[in-house]
Amino acid sequence: MSVDVHPLDAARGTSATPGAGDSTERALRRRARLVVAGLTVLALAATAVYLTVDVRAGWEFTLPFRGRRVAAMVVVGVAIATSTVVFQTLTTNRILTPSILGFDSLYQLLQTSLVFVLGSYALASVGVVEQFGVAVALMVAASLALFLGLFGGGRRSLHLVLLVGVVLGTLLRSATALMQRMMDPSEFQVLQSRLFASFTGVDERLLAASAVVVLVCCTLLWTMRRRLDVVALGRETAVALGVNHRRTSLLVLVVVAVLVSVSTALVGPITFFGLLVANLAYVLLGSHRHALTLPVAALLAVVTLVGGQALLEHLLGMETVLSVVIEFLGGIVFIALLVAGGRR
Amino acid sequence: MTVPTRTRGAIAATGLTKRYGETAVVDDVSIELPAGGVVSVIGPNGAGKSTFLSMVARLLPMDAGRVVVDGDDVATAPGDVMARRLGILRQDNHLAVRLTVRELVTFGRYPHSKGRTTAEDRRHVEDALDYLDLTDLGGRFLDELSGGQRQRAFVAMVLAQDTDYVLLDEPLNNLDMVHARGMMRLARRAADELGRTVVAVLHDINFAAAWSDRIVAMKDGRVAASGTPAEIMRPAVLGEIFDMDVAVHQIDGRPVALYYT
Repeated sequence: MSVDVHPLDAARGTSATPGAGDSTERALRRRARLVVAGLTVLALAATAVYLTVDVRAGWEFTLPFRGRRVAAMVVVGVAIATSTVVFQTLTTNRILTPSILGFDSLYQLLQTSLVFVLGSYALASVGVVEQFGVAVALMVAASLALFLGLFGGGRRSLHLVLLVGVVLGTLLRSATALMQRMMDPSEFQVLQSRLFASFTGVDERLLAASAVVVLVCCTLLWTMRRRLDVVALGRETAVALGVNHRRTSLLVLVVVAVLVSVSTALVGPITFFGLLVANLAYVLLGSHRHALTLPVAALLAVVTLVGGQALLEHLLGMETVLSVVIEFLGGIVFIALLVAGGRR
Repeated sequence: MTVPTRTRGAIAATGLTKRYGETAVVDDVSIELPAGGVVSVIGPNGAGKSTFLSMVARLLPMDAGRVVVDGDDVATAPGDVMARRLGILRQDNHLAVRLTVRELVTFGRYPHSKGRTTAEDRRHVEDALDYLDLTDLGGRFLDELSGGQRQRAFVAMVLAQDTDYVLLDEPLNNLDMVHARGMMRLARRAADELGRTVVAVLHDINFAAAWSDRIVAMKDGRVAASGTPAEIMRPAVLGEIFDMDVAVHQIDGRPVALYYT
């Protein structure tokens, strides 16, 4: 199939010099190496600081205790960062996060109805593993139903999936709000603590299970990294270049659903965090290659979560407010992106 | 000079139909475009030219009918096989990601190397860049280019894809006289020197007449006329296609349509 006559060679008797003039590419590559190296150092430093600073209770207690939290932050950070990057690739939109599909609302509805129906006292007696299992199963099942129902049939509009996700999210949130209004105030306080993302008191077994799931998902995405680069060019171009866009979309959506469900069920909803690290990764790298953006976004997530927690918990003496700070920063980035997009 | 005979098949559409609601944008089109040469698709706005091209290129599912390229149904053939056989330049070339020209053109090699760029890929990329006079702009980002340069970058990507069939949806968009002629000359050379089949949707019937072997005229979703430039470039035929009076003069032995006043 390949051409033997090359226009250049035939016409002018010269041959193109590959690699000539791609100084931009070389610069980008150098920048990428720098970013990856810098972030790796930062992530390790943040972990070291978090584990070792301000130890009062003795090493044999502190290290496992904090180690578990660090592990939770790494698992959740990686899950959210990678799922957001590939979700933005699929939707060719830099201001979307998978939460637009209504994961957070579903999780909140689930938690609210549990507290509402069972009561906080009875709920405390239900095992964490069971709760986690139910939450993950429900969220994955709901998203699969949404994707397969809308995507599997004759219609193949990704935007339809997103719109239905938005509408369903609103519906679920309204139902949640209704129950919360009718709730006993003290029960509501219990609920509220469950709804804020928190890395404290994460069960070890859940952590191990989540780590395995996240690892499998990330490996899958990594094997797809070159295809994802093409998908980022948009559906038509991807199809023209031979990518089975429908199958790829479905696969990516399912992986995203699993990643987000696991991380949400593990620590609670984090909406803007993925947006923050994904966009930071694009800006730092100046490239959209998934071979770079996936690991860099994941590293950024670890640095932000572990570093932020170390700063807040040990240096400023505050507890569990990290998710609030991150949501605040993420919200600001979101608005900045909207404003920047509007200007263009 | 021997013309490499890399294409032997054809693009054959049978009963091709696309409907939006009640309106058939492409209405039961059956046509065979034999391999080789430059084919222009002309017709008024809304005639279904781009829709036809998009269905041939698998970008749009058809409501009825089928398209067969070199014996394979485009709807069922594996995507990467078709992507090595048929490339398309689209009208809308908006990208959500920031790429350099060379990165974009390298994506044209994806059907061949699946993203693992080889030395041969690089040669194709540099050739395509040179072919479109873009070598100096290879390291520039697409959003730093003019509309015409962007257009050429996307054409370079399609060329680097190294397909037997090259579909161009309004390739002269955004191009000035110099580059418009350059683009048509390039299409001609791709057909003559490389044995590729070029199918281009064009608005300027004079460009179509000057550079193509065959013109297919569409109107209201159907093929209104099909033939050599000499057969199509006649006042009666053009008047029928465009619903307006078009005078045709022979200038230097070429038919030139005058429709400006």
